[in-house]
This record gives sequence, C-alpha cells and structure tokens, in this order.
Amino acid sequence: MDLRREFTKGFVAENPIFRLLLGMCPTLAVTTAALNGVAMGLATTVVLVGSNCTISLLRRFIPPRVRIPAFIVIIASFVTIIDMLMAGFFYELHKVLGLFIPLIVVNCIILGRAEAYASKNPLLRSLIDGLGMGLGFTISLIVLGSIREILGSGTVFGFALLGEGYPPFLVMLLPPGAFIVLGLLLGLMNKLIASGRRPQAASFKTEAGSL
Amino acid sequence: MANLFIIFLSALLVNNFVLTRFLGICPFLGVSRKVETALGMGMAVIFVMTLASLVTNLVYNLVLIPLNLLFLHIITFILVIASLVQLVEIVLEKISPALYRALGIYLPLITTNCAILGLALLNVIKGHSAIQAIFFGLGAGIGFALALLIMAGIRERLELADVPVALQGAAITLITAGLLSLAFMGFSGLVKL
Repeated sequence: MDLRREFTKGFVAENPIFRLLLGMCPTLAVTTAALNGVAMGLATTVVLVGSNCTISLLRRFIPPRVRIPAFIVIIASFVTIIDMLMAGFFYELHKVLGLFIPLIVVNCIILGRAEAYASKNPLLRSLIDGLGMGLGFTISLIVLGSIREILGSGTVFGFALLGEGYPPFLVMLLPPGAFIVLGLLLGLMNKLIASGRRPQAASFKTEAGSL
Repeated sequence: MANLFIIFLSALLVNNFVLTRFLGICPFLGVSRKVETALGMGMAVIFVMTLASLVTNLVYNLVLIPLNLLFLHIITFILVIASLVQLVEIVLEKISPALYRALGIYLPLITTNCAILGLALLNVIKGHSAIQAIFFGLGAGIGFALALLIMAGIRERLELADVPVALQGAAITLITAGLLSLAFMGFSGLVKL
C-alpha cells in the first residue's frame, strides 16, 4: 500500500494543471488573486473527495454502460451542495467566483479521476487520490494567483508586497495575463524537467515565484 | 430588436466566451491544431449552443420555476445538455449523414464543454427571455467558432516558426491565446450591457 505516493502524485508528477493540462477554465478565470485560487481549489477538492468516495463505494452497483451519466449526476449533486454552502457562508467569495462554482461540474479533473481511478479502486485509496489531486490543483492555483496578484496589484493575499510606488501591471489581472503567465509557467516547468533537475514541490514554488 | 442585436454582438465579440470569459478552453486548446477540424468543431458548437440555450431556458422557466425546484438547476442543466447532444447526434445521423460525418466526432466532446453549461447558467443570471436566449446562444457559438478558427490559423503558421524548445506545445499555444485575447480586449466598450 503506497498511499503516500498516491497522495503526493498530484503535487508534481501528475499535477492536474501543469502536467495533465486539465481544468483550464477555472484555472485561468479565477486566479486574479491568490485568495480566489485558495477558495476555488478547496471547493474543487471537496467535490473531488466527495465524488471519488461516493463513486468508489458505488462502483459495483453502477452498470458500466451508464457510468458516465451516473458519475455526472453524483458530481453535480456535490457541486450543488458546495454552491449553496458557499453562498450561505462565504457570500463575498461566492460572488467573485460566480459562474465557476457551478461549472466545477464540467471540470475534467473530477470526471477524469472518477473514470480513471475511483471507479476501479477501494474507498480509502480513492479518498487519498481525490485529496492529493485536489490539493495539487489548489497549490497550482495559488502559485498562478500569487504571480498575477503580485504583478497586477503588487500584493499577495491582500498584503502590500511591492510598496506604494509600484505601478500596477493591469494586463496581468485581465484575461490576456492569465494566458500569458500560465504559458510562461508551463515553459518554465518544461525547462526544469528537461534540464534533469526533478523539481520538488518547494523549490518549484520559489522558482515560479521569482519569475 | 436593437436589444437582441446588442446581446448577440456582446456574446460574439465583447465578452467572447473563450477569450474573455474563459469558457470552453479545453476544446479551444485541443481542437485548434488544424483549420479544418476547427471549422467542424466550430459548426457543431454553434448548432448545439443555440439549441441548448433555448432548451435550457425553456426548461428553467416552464419546469423548474413552476415546480419550485430551482435548487436542482445545475443537475437539470447538465442532464438536459447531455441528452440534447445525444439527441442531436441521433437525429443528424438519420437526416443528414453528410453533416453527421463532418460533425460526428465533435458532438460527444461538446457535452463536457463548459461553455454550454456556462451559457445556460448565464441565461439564468441575466434573466434572458427565450428569444434573447436564442440570440445569446447564437452569438456565443459564433464567437467560439471565430476564436477557434483564428487560433487554428495562427497555429498552422506557428508550425513553421522556430519556437524555443521549452515553450513548444501547450506553452506557446497559451501565450498565443494571450496575445489573441489582448487583441479582443480592443472590442471592450463597443457595446454597453
């Protein structure tokens, strides 16, 4: 039982955003600030863990022919729960993330894990897999959100970092900034991997931060 | 009429689904390698989006509101979209085999295209009527196809360019999309909505 490996694979080796290029829409849309990245990442993680566990428990009862619709209904139920909870307890964040909370339903990471992992593995492993993948997704969103927030408004999590005199690089907060920062980060990841240094989670974060 | 035109133009250019709303990025990156496939996907999306926009709008207003089942709207929309795509596939196969052959492989991919679900949800948020929903869906679909076609054209040229090794593949595609998105920013302020 190599549960540790199952847990950490989502961080770097099979990172959903930087390695598998899944879940691009929320990644690009909500990362105007680091905090939004945290919220979106955690909401996705909760849905992912919930759907992974449910699908793993039901895997012997779901007929293979209708498994995809069944998975989607399970995922959509969890998304509805999260949508209501966030609207109730984190109204401001819910307003900022807006459309992209209900759109977790069509996030390919979740359906991908359901199909590739949870439908074939027991409960505990599916739970660990969901948690690891979800946290890997969250970390990537925070990295991307921090870079865009630092460049775009000179702050991280709302704390002023670059001082008063920093002229905001507005494009970074606008849609083009999302595409360009993510593109450059992917290039950086490719370069690090090509140069033979297997980037650990920690060193990867600092490298990306100094971009 | 002017109102409908503004909704159409806004969905098409100003708030382009792919480049400013970030909806449907996966097919945008995945199917934009060749102009030919981009055209096929674009046509399929225009067709399904217009239809899905109308149908989800009708389901919302005529079924969910009278039955007081609004909390089910996410589940309902995704099921309606999935069955609609399946239905379009079956009908198209019977009525027009030529069109089916052209669009066939793209249709199943559309179910998981978040632009369609996003469109249905935006219709609810904006409180569109059925006729407004048709124009919104049409504009969004054509906007998606437009972005996809431009991207495919650029990527075909990019094949010949000397791209740094580390940036090859997805990285340069994303940077290109960023520049394209920058160009589309020029449309903001074209219409106020």
